[in-house]
Amino acid sequence: MAHGGGGRKMANLIERLFLPAFDSPVLTALGDGAVIDVGGQRLAFSTDTFVVSPAFFPGGDIGSLAIHGTANDLAVCGAEPIGFSVGLVLEEGFPVESLRRIVASLADASGKVGAPILTGDTKVVERGKGDGIYINTSGIGRVRQGVNVAPDRAAPGDVVLVSGPVGDHGIAVMAARNGIELETTLLSDSAPVLPLVRALLDVAPDTKVMRDPTRGGLATALCELAIASHTGICVDEANVPVRREVRAACEILGFDPLYVACEGRFLAIVPPAQADAGLAALRAAADGAQACRIGEVTAENAGRVLLRTRIGSHRRLDRLSGEQLPRIC
Amino acid sequence: MRHLDEYRDPAAVHVVLRRIEAAATRPWTIMEVCGGQTHSILKFGLDELLAANIRLIHGPGCPVCVTPLEQIDRALAIASRPGVILCSFGDMLRVPGSSGDLLSAKARGADVRIVYSPLDALKIARQEPQRQVVFFAVGFETTAPANAMAVQCAARDGVANFYLLMAHVLVPPALQALLSDPECVIQGLLAPGHVCVVTGYRAYEPLAARYHVPIVVTGFEPLDLLRGVLAAVRQLEGGEAHVENQYERVARPDGNPAARAVLDEVFAVADRKWRGIGEIPASGYVLSSVYAAHDAERAFGLESVTVEEPRECLSGLVLQGRIRPTECPQFGTRCTPDHPLGATMVSSEGACAAYFHYGRTTETAGARH
Repeated sequence: MAHGGGGRKMANLIERLFLPAFDSPVLTALGDGAVIDVGGQRLAFSTDTFVVSPAFFPGGDIGSLAIHGTANDLAVCGAEPIGFSVGLVLEEGFPVESLRRIVASLADASGKVGAPILTGDTKVVERGKGDGIYINTSGIGRVRQGVNVAPDRAAPGDVVLVSGPVGDHGIAVMAARNGIELETTLLSDSAPVLPLVRALLDVAPDTKVMRDPTRGGLATALCELAIASHTGICVDEANVPVRREVRAACEILGFDPLYVACEGRFLAIVPPAQADAGLAALRAAADGAQACRIGEVTAENAGRVLLRTRIGSHRRLDRLSGEQLPRIC
Repeated sequence: MRHLDEYRDPAAVHVVLRRIEAAATRPWTIMEVCGGQTHSILKFGLDELLAANIRLIHGPGCPVCVTPLEQIDRALAIASRPGVILCSFGDMLRVPGSSGDLLSAKARGADVRIVYSPLDALKIARQEPQRQVVFFAVGFETTAPANAMAVQCAARDGVANFYLLMAHVLVPPALQALLSDPECVIQGLLAPGHVCVVTGYRAYEPLAARYHVPIVVTGFEPLDLLRGVLAAVRQLEGGEAHVENQYERVARPDGNPAARAVLDEVFAVADRKWRGIGEIPASGYVLSSVYAAHDAERAFGLESVTVEEPRECLSGLVLQGRIRPTECPQFGTRCTPDHPLGATMVSSEGACAAYFHYGRTTETAGARH
């Protein structure tokens, strides 16, 4: 399970098995999507497979998640979506009514993102051989002219922005999965980030890096970027937005919100000259009110992420080995 | 959640730091007992902020870390029996036994499930009467009452297919073992706050008196830990040695009477081996004879085995506070969370894991102390 958790084990699997086997320069860049040039137009191409359990959770379901996830991977490549493919693997016995709801959700999400589902596939496997439903989506998009984002472009002095509070999705799913009830309902943040990305790129077209922090959370995404660009990243704990309910749930379970998955957020690394305008544009956009400047890129500590804690000490943010496991006592 | 803000308030933290600096006229060595306290210290960088003459050493309060190799091997053996569902808190799944961990057993097809509470395991037992459900009962006195209650419910309701694989350990005997060692360097102790919520802290009074060591019942937030250190330092400076309660908001002298009653009813005290330390008399729980039918070791007829630890693993010395994780030659090289040699590198409460995860290296950790 650790190999799918978004941490070091997964990174090692990718680096040691997949990359050498597939031997593809575009793949090796390990962006959220592949950017390829087709007759002078850059296209972004991304795929993701969704296995979330439960299939229905507060704030969304596997259908909406499947479209938002891939749409967001395209968006953080600086791309406007053209269309999606949807592949379904259904377990024998999966209720048709549930499928109907999920299909409606897929359709609704694709409509809101403004790009159709162009092609698809359906398979059914025997009972016991699939966890209800798995969905794979792929998407293609047109990369916006003049935008050039890649994981290795961060440079010392650049500013790190995050588009909203982190950890909502992972905690909402965890709470739903384990029947943990709190006084307020925790909702997944699953949503398209494209409107916020557009708002940012309108005023900060020289944005260097964008990433949507899914498995492994914000901390893991920052670690990957620090490694890719051979720079350090320094983050101010006090400036990372986390909802009170998410913080509280994390305290109970013994999780660190910095490592909990998001599904409707992105982080951006922006040149200092455009950082203030970029942040203002995010905050002015719908759903961007809690965007924050969380840190900066440094020359020191190359390949590492340092956290300045609220109380003035420092600690390193490292990737996890596998998944976070709830604490014992 | 106001307490998260109040007990992490930067201004208040720095007031206490200055008070500690003013109070300490000479070097003092203080051990925080609980692994959760260790992690909090490292996560908030309290060791970085404290005056240089206060040395914090890390204690054996990580129940996962001290669970003997033999017990993990027993869990693995039980999990691989057909019809068994082994339930455990998440942390135990990554600790290596002699031949892999429970997560690898799960990947090979054993039915191993993470639960958040022993009552979840009991629920599974009720739902699956044909299967044998074994809960790996690890922990100090903090988690013991819930496990005891689960067995009580199972016995009361005739859930015969629910078992505990017992690995509970007790804090005071461990402290006695550490303090009675002639090479002990501990001058003050921060006692584990949540253990004391259950047991109270009267059992620590004879230890403070006999070994002339101040013992401060301490919580887990930055302000708790620093206030605990301050209290210990003040006693040390004044030549005093008694039990003091910093964690007054939840810990009381006699603890939780209902919890203690359940513990007395369901468990009996027995000698226990502590991984890395050795056998400590009267330092663990077994099921009392009334509840013996729910004892996994008895039910599964496992022979007693003795397993040797990998010789390179120095967890035991880390758990006794004799060395820092960074002083182990294997730290960060042959031993990392991805391929741990011992439990202290795996458990979320283990000192080695904390040092690794929070980026303490020989340069940052060794240099100050």
